[in-house]
Amino acid sequence: MPVTGLQHVPHLPDDAPGQSKRDFTSDQEVRWCPGCGDYVILAAVQSFLPELGLRRENIVFVSGIGCSSRFPYYLDTYGMHSIHGRAPAIATGLATSRPDLSVWVVTGDGDALSIGGNHLIHALRRNVNLTILLFNNQIYGLTKGQYSPTSRTGSVTKSSPLGSVDAPFNPVSLALGAEATFVARAMESDRAELKEVLRAAAEHRGAALVEIYQNCPIFNDGAFEVLKDRTQQAARIVRLRSGEPVTVGPEDDRRVLVRVAGGHGEFVPEAEVGAREVVVHDAAAPDPSAAFALSRLDSPEMTHVPMGVFRQVSRPTYDDLVRAQVEGAVDAAGGPATDADLGELLRGRDTWTVG
Amino acid sequence: MTSKTVQTLDRVVIRFAGDSGDGMQLTGDRFTSETAALGNDLSTLPNFPAEIRAPQGTLPGVSSFQLHFADHDVLTPGDAPDVLVAMNPAALKANLADLPRGATIVANTDEFTTRNLAKVGYETSPLEDGSLESWHVHAVALTSITVEALAPFEGLTRKEKERAKNMFALGLLSWMYTRPTTGTEDFLAKKFGGRPEILEANLAALRAGWNYGETTEDFASSFVVQAAPMAPGRYRNVTGNTALALGLAAAAHRAGRPLVLGSYPITPASDVLHALSGMKRHGVTTIQAEDEIAGVGIALGASYGGAIGVTSTSGPGIALKSETIGLAVSLELPLVVVDIQRGGPSTGLPTKTEQADLLQVMYGRNGESPVPVLAAQTPADCFDAALDAVRIATTYRTPVVLLSDGYLANGSEPWAVPEVDELPDLAVELASAPNAVDDAGEPVFRPYLRDPETLARPWAVPGTPGLEHRIGGIEKADVTGDISYDPDNHDTMVRLRQAKVDGIAVPDLEVDDPSGDAKVLVLGWGSTYGPVAAATRVLRNAGHAVARAHLRHLNPFPANLDDVLRRYERVLVPEMNTGQLALLLRGTYLVDVRSHTAVRGLPFTTVELADVVSTILEEVS
Repeated sequence: MPVTGLQHVPHLPDDAPGQSKRDFTSDQEVRWCPGCGDYVILAAVQSFLPELGLRRENIVFVSGIGCSSRFPYYLDTYGMHSIHGRAPAIATGLATSRPDLSVWVVTGDGDALSIGGNHLIHALRRNVNLTILLFNNQIYGLTKGQYSPTSRTGSVTKSSPLGSVDAPFNPVSLALGAEATFVARAMESDRAELKEVLRAAAEHRGAALVEIYQNCPIFNDGAFEVLKDRTQQAARIVRLRSGEPVTVGPEDDRRVLVRVAGGHGEFVPEAEVGAREVVVHDAAAPDPSAAFALSRLDSPEMTHVPMGVFRQVSRPTYDDLVRAQVEGAVDAAGGPATDADLGELLRGRDTWTVG
Repeated sequence: MTSKTVQTLDRVVIRFAGDSGDGMQLTGDRFTSETAALGNDLSTLPNFPAEIRAPQGTLPGVSSFQLHFADHDVLTPGDAPDVLVAMNPAALKANLADLPRGATIVANTDEFTTRNLAKVGYETSPLEDGSLESWHVHAVALTSITVEALAPFEGLTRKEKERAKNMFALGLLSWMYTRPTTGTEDFLAKKFGGRPEILEANLAALRAGWNYGETTEDFASSFVVQAAPMAPGRYRNVTGNTALALGLAAAAHRAGRPLVLGSYPITPASDVLHALSGMKRHGVTTIQAEDEIAGVGIALGASYGGAIGVTSTSGPGIALKSETIGLAVSLELPLVVVDIQRGGPSTGLPTKTEQADLLQVMYGRNGESPVPVLAAQTPADCFDAALDAVRIATTYRTPVVLLSDGYLANGSEPWAVPEVDELPDLAVELASAPNAVDDAGEPVFRPYLRDPETLARPWAVPGTPGLEHRIGGIEKADVTGDISYDPDNHDTMVRLRQAKVDGIAVPDLEVDDPSGDAKVLVLGWGSTYGPVAAATRVLRNAGHAVARAHLRHLNPFPANLDDVLRRYERVLVPEMNTGQLALLLRGTYLVDVRSHTAVRGLPFTTVELADVVSTILEEVS
């Protein structure tokens, strides 16, 4: 059985009374704006965490700065609300030194992709055993409405009255480019899908990035409305299922992704597929190119937006490797260093005695 | 063979100087080891350019290593060399001004070509034009003799043979000062163990150098410097960075907690990362971060998890880490920040020393953000300073800045290795149970309920059942740690954090005033210890009464500092900055201390400081 992300984290005994959402709800008053998508994500996480069966004290949420980063205060686990963009670095230090913890990072599009972009890509590259939840609302909320690195070009905001000229990041493409071993996307409004993705992310050993589309009702209301609108949803959302063809559209108007030479693929009506090569999603493919191609189906117009797990592959994690080197050195030397061992270290190889 | 005389000297200062690629640092290191093994007291000063290979033969490319050894207590690497080994014209030109007339020059004539002379602006060769007549010059064809000595090594190219000329120079100097070469032979055997021919060639060059001294008539006598009287014990030679790394590892061992270093390579701090990365057997984890900010973030994350979190850097790195240090002030978690100061501002002088980060580490953060600061004073003292930094960080749950500098980092001296059980007990207690009861009488955990004596909050690490809590950089309510924007609470918390740092136990400042009637106090901090002590020694030997004291703790200051400052008519504060400690002392104690400053990237010389103190002594006589 493969080692999971939670392998070394103490679980509750089988006969322990079950945990509930209440056990994970802190006594702090939640202070997001009314209607904020963060409430929905918080409720989903609070009700999902008990399903993992972990000891509550072994779960840690680390966040940066921004609306999303208030998240840890509302969970009755260990938590740290740190500084802007740095949560992945702090979480790396914690996860590397403490294999018995399930370490989560909560961040937003500004926190993770702008000020903290460097730490995010390196946490993914190293494959530190972290579950990173990136709430993407395509706007700076806490600073009251400036464009973010995921805002569409042309966004009219407080700091871009004539429209932003910045080209946005696609967080999934970025993560795949950074050698991430687990990359997924979910919608705040689709709780079933969100919980499914969260479970897979938590159990993944290594860095798992989950981009969560989240509505900011104050500064960027309706950014994902076309994906929530029942009349448009089916035609736009591409539900990724590993081992199945990539399709979009309602049952009576199903379109299938077929391979196109030199391109990312093309959706064609099911009836017109013919001899063309159908793209079958394989999240476990060692080569990330196919997952990357899927991520490029997305566009600011949200014509086709893949949801679900893009990539889920196994690669040694940084923290496991670091600990293995230390533990290996300790074991090879016959156990933890004694006073005598330290004395030997202090003396070094070249000493002389006086008197 | 001529019979040679042997003269006894009490002290010698040698400077090896050559091109960056000539292996002068290695030569100096080896000579130092040989000297330490003989029981001389010693002090070293490596001085090298920031470029790995500056253009060959040019002044900016000169790298040097100075060693002062004696039959008595050595306090500094020496003001002026008695012997200069100059591997090329640039090395001669760059160092001649430091060389007193009558000193010895060993010059490699092979490099004194028209081209090389022209590169540094010599129109004629100083070895031949009489301009060095006031010095005692040994012109030796170091390169060609080395190549000739290695003629039997047919498998080696001429270039490879030339490269061994530093070993020839080392052999020659080892003969001159009767140093044993067995340590170097062992060292070479380890270094070139896998390449027997290179090993044999280096050994042959070393022996050829020794034999050259013994055989040729150019060198009429060799010299002996007797061992210095040193306290009984076991000694090793350490650089400041090595001692600092050992101190951190020892502190973690004595605290019973794992050490986690998060660091990004930066000169002159990288050797701390290198040394600790080799201590895995001692439970030390090192993480080479993606940047300076991540380095300190990793350390803080590890501290949050119950480790001794450390980050090591130099001035520019401190600038980048400032926000995270501020977070640690707010979180009240242990964190050790090591700043090996170098010349600034900005990139400044990466390989040169300076003490100009004091105000940065004291005040370079947003808001009222008090951080304890302490400074090491000699290379070996970096060990004790590291233990003290960990003690403060863990006892008071606070980030601590430990200041060293480029001079201490790379300089070395003999160190009496302590016994492990003599080291301070740094055992820490993690919170394990609720520490209060709520209104309903139920036990609860209050993350910001303080120890009444230290004002430290509990160190409650994740994984401890029943103590789940949230912390963050937003202002927290006293005791509960909940978010609070309450005006009075903020005022309380700011003052509590300050009171905690102000209340840190630091020993009183000891004043060295043997006659008891000095009117002038020289007050130093950090690496000025050696030059200050040497200068006061010179003055006392000349019959003057001078008091001397050295600050280990810059924040908080020792409780008796106010009293000490007022006890003297004049207080001189020498610093390698433009008066940062002087500013703090004046502002804190309203005492008009006299500031003497230099920012040349080099430590003070004994003569320079003795002159400054003499002037002040005249004022008060």
